[in-house]
Amino acid sequence: MSAPSYSLPPLPYAYDALEPHISKQIMELHHGKHHQTYITNLNAALKTQAEAVHTADITSQVGLQAAIKFNAGGHINHSLFWQNMAPASSAEAKTSAAPELIKQIKATWGDEQAFYDAFKTTLLGIQGSGWGWLVKVETGKEQRLTIVTTKDQDPVVGKGEVPIFGIDMWEHAYYLQYLNGKPAYVENIWKVINWKTAEERFLGTRADAFKVLRASI
Amino acid sequence: MNSTLLRTTAVRSALRAAVPSTPARAGIAGTTFVRGKATLPDLPYDYGALEPAISGKIMELHHKNHHNTYVTSFNNFSEQIAEAKQKNDIAAQIALQPLINFHGGGHINHTLFWENLAPTSQGGGEPPTGALASAINDSYGSLDAFKEKFNTALAGIQGSGWAWLVQDTQTGKVGIKTYANQDPVVGQFRPILGVDAWEHAYYLQYQNRKAEYFKAIWDVINWKAAEKRLK
Ligand SMILES: [Fe+2]
Ligand SMILES: [Fe+2]
Ligand SMILES: [Fe+2]
Repeated sequence: MSAPSYSLPPLPYAYDALEPHISKQIMELHHGKHHQTYITNLNAALKTQAEAVHTADITSQVGLQAAIKFNAGGHINHSLFWQNMAPASSAEAKTSAAPELIKQIKATWGDEQAFYDAFKTTLLGIQGSGWGWLVKVETGKEQRLTIVTTKDQDPVVGKGEVPIFGIDMWEHAYYLQYLNGKPAYVENIWKVINWKTAEERFLGTRADAFKVLRASI
Repeated sequence: MNSTLLRTTAVRSALRAAVPSTPARAGIAGTTFVRGKATLPDLPYDYGALEPAISGKIMELHHKNHHNTYVTSFNNFSEQIAEAKQKNDIAAQIALQPLINFHGGGHINHTLFWENLAPTSQGGGEPPTGALASAINDSYGSLDAFKEKFNTALAGIQGSGWAWLVQDTQTGKVGIKTYANQDPVVGQFRPILGVDAWEHAYYLQYQNRKAEYFKAIWDVINWKAAEKRLK
């Protein structure tokens, strides 16, 4: 019975590289513990699922779906998240690294500040755990940008949807540093957005965005 | 004010000061709205009194900041919904419902939670007696078996939420139910005992080791308060 096995992608920077905006301790726990737990639970659920498929046990297969969606979502979301951040001092963290994306952001929201304001309002409106995403939606030859939220670990995987960048709004993403000061986290996260990655995802395809997720079979 | 949210005995006892002496109602045009505001209840013990199960720092932030934000937001959105009612703005009333549910739920849930915790010096962790003990034994076999099932339910929450021991108002039986985010225990079920499974409830002390928090919290459960909620 072979099931795919996913493993923790290495962080593309050091644990302390996002300081002072996101502390080393948060990054260590978030990547090394939280993300790893989603992967561990995902691999276990996929293994059980492979057995259920092999034995034609349809009720078990259906019963496993919630666990697979939650843990796969956790793996997908965090993998994208690490890549769409960069140290504040790097060239990637400047909006000049995303000329085409910024052009469309301005065309969509009027100006950059209006976009940040809209994103902030959306993030702070999340009730409970979840994520905020900038998403490119492709419909035929048309494409547009939109800000969406997903609850818990629901991933952005709809038809024609390409996640440009995501912001983790679970309390574990900021609590050790910001406590209940969620607005300050939402303010500071912009200083460590990787606009180069955002531009690549914006100009690329869904498959490009998700290539970090390849499993070993 | 959504008075039905305040109708259970357990909540009412904690919110006594907040219940308006006259029925809440919107005033006529140009007058102020007459309504009782929700207020942050005092904790019946010191912030540090639940240590080592829950740190004083967590308790202070949780009560003074998180709970208080639910209270002020609930009052704010209650005011807005009263205004929308007065203007017969149905769309605005509907748009405000999720905010009332979330912040009102946050207020109710935390109020019940503080009550159903107690320092060990005030009976925290002492097993239930009487009708509640019998009800738990009937449904789960033993208190330990119940705790194990409850902790499994807590661990299974995907995201933020609560686990509750509830009483089914139709059958009188007790059971374990989980609720997402700040969804309150209302309607068919009566809240008996709740545990906050939001990360803010344990993260400063337990970080990602939430199973340790779920294990430790039984040392400070106030079963006497839970018994009073059972009917
Ligand atoms: Fe996370
Ligand atoms: Fe109300
Ligand atoms: Fe809480």
